[in-house]
Amino acid sequence: MLQIDKDACIGCGLCEENCPFDAISVEDGKAQVNDNCTLCGTCVDVCEVEALSIPREEGAGIDLSQWAGIWVYAEYRQGKLAQVSQELLGIGRDLADKRGVPLSAVLLCADSGDVPQELIAAGADQVYVVEDDALSHFNDESYGAALEDLARKHRPEVILAGATAIGRSFIPRVATSLNTGLTADCTQLAMGDDGHLHQTRPAFGGNIMATIMCPNHRPQMATVRPMVFPASAPDQSRSGEVITESVSAKRLKSRTRVVETVISAGEEVNLAEAEVVVAGGRGLETDQGFDLIKELADTMGAAVGASRAAVDSGWVGYPHQVGQTGKTVASKLYVACGISGAIQHVIGMKSSETIVAINRDKNAPIFDVADYGVVGDVFDLLPPLLEKLKERSGK
Amino acid sequence: MNIVVCIKQVPDAKDVRLDPETNTLSREGVKSVINPYDRHALEEGVRLKEEYGGSLTVLSMGPPQAAAILSEAISCGADEAYLVSDRAFAGADTLATTYTLAQAVAKVANPDLVLCGKQATDGDTAQVGPGLAVRLDMPFVTCVKKVHTVSDGVLTLERMMDDGYDVLEVDLPALLTVVKEINTPRFPSLRGLKRAKDYQVASLTAADIEADESQLGLGGSPTQVVKVFPPEKKGERTMIEGSVTEQVDKLAEIIFEAALGS
Repeated sequence: MLQIDKDACIGCGLCEENCPFDAISVEDGKAQVNDNCTLCGTCVDVCEVEALSIPREEGAGIDLSQWAGIWVYAEYRQGKLAQVSQELLGIGRDLADKRGVPLSAVLLCADSGDVPQELIAAGADQVYVVEDDALSHFNDESYGAALEDLARKHRPEVILAGATAIGRSFIPRVATSLNTGLTADCTQLAMGDDGHLHQTRPAFGGNIMATIMCPNHRPQMATVRPMVFPASAPDQSRSGEVITESVSAKRLKSRTRVVETVISAGEEVNLAEAEVVVAGGRGLETDQGFDLIKELADTMGAAVGASRAAVDSGWVGYPHQVGQTGKTVASKLYVACGISGAIQHVIGMKSSETIVAINRDKNAPIFDVADYGVVGDVFDLLPPLLEKLKERSGK
Repeated sequence: MNIVVCIKQVPDAKDVRLDPETNTLSREGVKSVINPYDRHALEEGVRLKEEYGGSLTVLSMGPPQAAAILSEAISCGADEAYLVSDRAFAGADTLATTYTLAQAVAKVANPDLVLCGKQATDGDTAQVGPGLAVRLDMPFVTCVKKVHTVSDGVLTLERMMDDGYDVLEVDLPALLTVVKEINTPRFPSLRGLKRAKDYQVASLTAADIEADESQLGLGGSPTQVVKVFPPEKKGERTMIEGSVTEQVDKLAEIIFEAALGS
């Protein structure tokens, strides 16, 4: 429970102002807390006189010294290693070096081929491989049981996975089974001098950042957003050890079965991992108007994004929606055309490296997050821009 | 088929504003609503109950005022609603939340199917659904966009993947988390509104769900938030002025440099 030091409290009201849950109010010159409190700690941070605190009982933690090594789940689907796995081996290498422990990749599949070598070239010291026909298609129970069993056997201190559809699905299962903490969608990771992994993620729709630790439990688990960390450059001269593991058939048995896998064509390709996104909103006015966005994206080799307004108008499918109820992108370049920039949209794209906004309303909030802004009509600007880009890319 | 839907009360994203001065969230006048994804979970529950019969129970873990969304769920077609609420739950991370919800589910129902939204829009972790399934020893499927059929204890459905979708069969009992695409939530019916008006949402405390206190709330949460800070501010913004031709030239240059040139 939130402790209020009534002697220290000066009744300034900063806590009341900053509480996201209306859980604190100043009455008779002193802070009072009510049942809405979720112990989020915002008030503790803002209090200037240190009158607020959240005492925490030190749990009977496990023996942390029994857990060592950094693991990366190597996501492999349809014969392809997800790019985020290479990114994770890059940051994983840094974390392992700082801790002075090995970096290992875990590969679950039916046929590993050259993938273990690829993982070693990307930075892994060891690759744990489980090859089994039960792992030919991703399914939560078999993959979850396999990773859980390996973790129990080898006791890594950290397990990282991509915050992809697959990672966000089965990694929570593994964390719950191992009775440990899991931080979703991390955008920063650092190994503290305290030996704990400092995991930073956007919270409240990206409006604040929160650094989270898992001090008394192991492994420390995190899913990490694609496109946040640079992929390590492959070094074919690196050597490493490939360790073949087996998991019992009983554990790999799943109560879910994949009947069919449908890979979407072209334009629906993984928006979340796209380097360049061209997105359109209400300003495109019609179906035909939105075709300009598709053509522009096609010319640039970019993914098509959309605001909710464009999706709700039926100009483009829901898989293209960027924002709170759609996808989150962290592209190198995000070109927002005719998008006003409501907070729900901005949440999904503001971590992009370079944001270009085109809108006819000079007061549109999209300009607040843009690096470059053009006040103008998309129908005046986009057709000549398209021509120009076609020319320059030699199409 | 006995269905349980887990819902959460979240601040309405429409109202959330960033205070440009302090870079903190201003929640003044922000309404609390049913998490948008959970609306779709509820609708799917109502739809499946209509098609296959059975019962529909709705659960929410939250502070006392979360009873409001449970009433709303009743008006939309739920049979029973329970608020899982206790000061002991405060500060729960996803692990402690899944424990609490699992205890509550086991207390009030013996479900064939548990439905959750893909994630809640305040935390965006998407971890509670899968974790709850583990606690209930159920198979689960996340990001379900369509339920085809339920027959002989097997569900056939489609789940979204990053590169398309998978068609799966799942043995019941099972837990699904759903995306927005799955359906269009209905508005409450007059009959539903009337029922909600008279309906008393039952409250369950830590004692009611026979919880092990050490697994609840802050104490039962392995993760700790150690620091909260505003995201890095963007650098200076450049407005591109001039004639349309000049603007287009400059745009093309920026695009090439940022995307294609490197």
